[in-house]
Amino acid sequence: MLELKQLYQGFRDPTTILSLARDIARLADKLPAPLNVMEVCGGHTHTIMKYGLLELLPSNIEFIHGPGCPVCIMPKERIDQAAALASIDNVILVTLGDMIRVPGSHGSLASFRAKGCDIRPIYDPLDTLKIAKDNPKKTIVFFAIGFETSTPMTAVLLQQAERQGIKNLLFHINHVLVPPAIDAVMQDSQTRVNAFIGPAHVSVISGAKIYRSTVEKYATPVVVSGFEPVDVMESILRLVRQRIEGKAELEIQYTRAVSEAGNLAAQALVNQYFQTRMQFRWRGLGEISNSALALKDEFAHRDAERIFADRLPVKQIDDHKACQCGDILRGLAKPKDCKVFGRGCAPETPLGSCMVSSEGACNAYYRYQGIQKETVARS
Amino acid sequence: MCLSIPSEVIAVDAERQSVTVDTLGVRRDVSSHLISDPLAIGDYVLIHIGFVMNKIDRDDALNSLELYREIVEKMGGNPLN
Ligand code: SF4
Ligand code: SF4
Repeated sequence: MLELKQLYQGFRDPTTILSLARDIARLADKLPAPLNVMEVCGGHTHTIMKYGLLELLPSNIEFIHGPGCPVCIMPKERIDQAAALASIDNVILVTLGDMIRVPGSHGSLASFRAKGCDIRPIYDPLDTLKIAKDNPKKTIVFFAIGFETSTPMTAVLLQQAERQGIKNLLFHINHVLVPPAIDAVMQDSQTRVNAFIGPAHVSVISGAKIYRSTVEKYATPVVVSGFEPVDVMESILRLVRQRIEGKAELEIQYTRAVSEAGNLAAQALVNQYFQTRMQFRWRGLGEISNSALALKDEFAHRDAERIFADRLPVKQIDDHKACQCGDILRGLAKPKDCKVFGRGCAPETPLGSCMVSSEGACNAYYRYQGIQKETVARS
Repeated sequence: MCLSIPSEVIAVDAERQSVTVDTLGVRRDVSSHLISDPLAIGDYVLIHIGFVMNKIDRDDALNSLELYREIVEKMGGNPLN
């Protein structure tokens, strides 16, 4: 009988991590060229830093941190829009987790809250239903963020609002898609990325199939990987093997929950409520066509972006000049390349979003640098 | 933001489409709106922002753990030496 503790420990076992590291090191000698692995998602960045995986890998294998964090990639103008919505009389703005701390051009949502706006961070989108019911005279706006992983949850919230006849709930949709972001990374002429580990939770919903085109178009191997350190190491081993054998294939390492097709019920729900947005500007990556979602026209009565169109600022705002989040999200720089890293910019006083999000590359480097070796030895 | 966490189902409320899960000692109610197969007590599931996203395949997890045990053995036990 498998126990939850076993499930955790087994995939964090230091002896296994080190055995995999030795296997990788032995094979890496045969790599025809350096392996530059983009971990698309900040969850992986976090694991890599927390368990010191960087130090366990030979010098011809490098991690390049990707754009996969909905908090990190949110351009300032979208946060400005959220702040503008929260500033309207009788509006309650609801959003998830870290989003409230990301700096916009006039401050973060947290600073707007301090000025008296009603902004509520939540950890479960369905809590929004209760807020809407408890405040029938107010307009509740759900500032929806997240990749393919989180979109179905917004869809359920909308479905429940419609079914329960809750009229005072609107949505500001910022759901983004992984494959167009990968395309943008690969089409950058400076890119050095030649392999990917794909985040498991995205594929739990969307299936591994979303990476087929990446594999074919760029002859680049993709392994859909879990978030435990052993998962990541096994995924690297698989990428090394593919490269040595001259292959570029799509593999699923996280077969514990990921299939080729994904969660079809969740996908159907997303298709019912959402359509592709023609353009969305990503922090760091710029405009990417068809890279985000919007509500379908038939749900225009729920769309805060349409209803309050005349109140929402649209001016595109770039980051602080010193901030290199853009280059980091495109895989062209590392957190330590940024001049203000750890000085002007730290988790309590973030200048850029990569430091705010607990899974942002700068945040992960800041928190775990120097303690990696110890962690592996102790955990 | 969206790290999904493995948890164990300890109670099922089919009517409200919700289940109670235990994540290493922390209990909470989460929505099962996104899962079409019925859930049972003792199932392992992935949770993301208050929702069950999918079941974790127990056999698959056990097979992986077995595979890792073999790797460790093949590499000669404690690789720190
Ligand atoms: S929020 Fe975190 S876990 Fe979710 S996709 Fe982004 S980096 Fe990955
Ligand atoms: S250290 Fe701060 S300012 Fe520099 S890139 Fe990271 S988040 Fe941006």
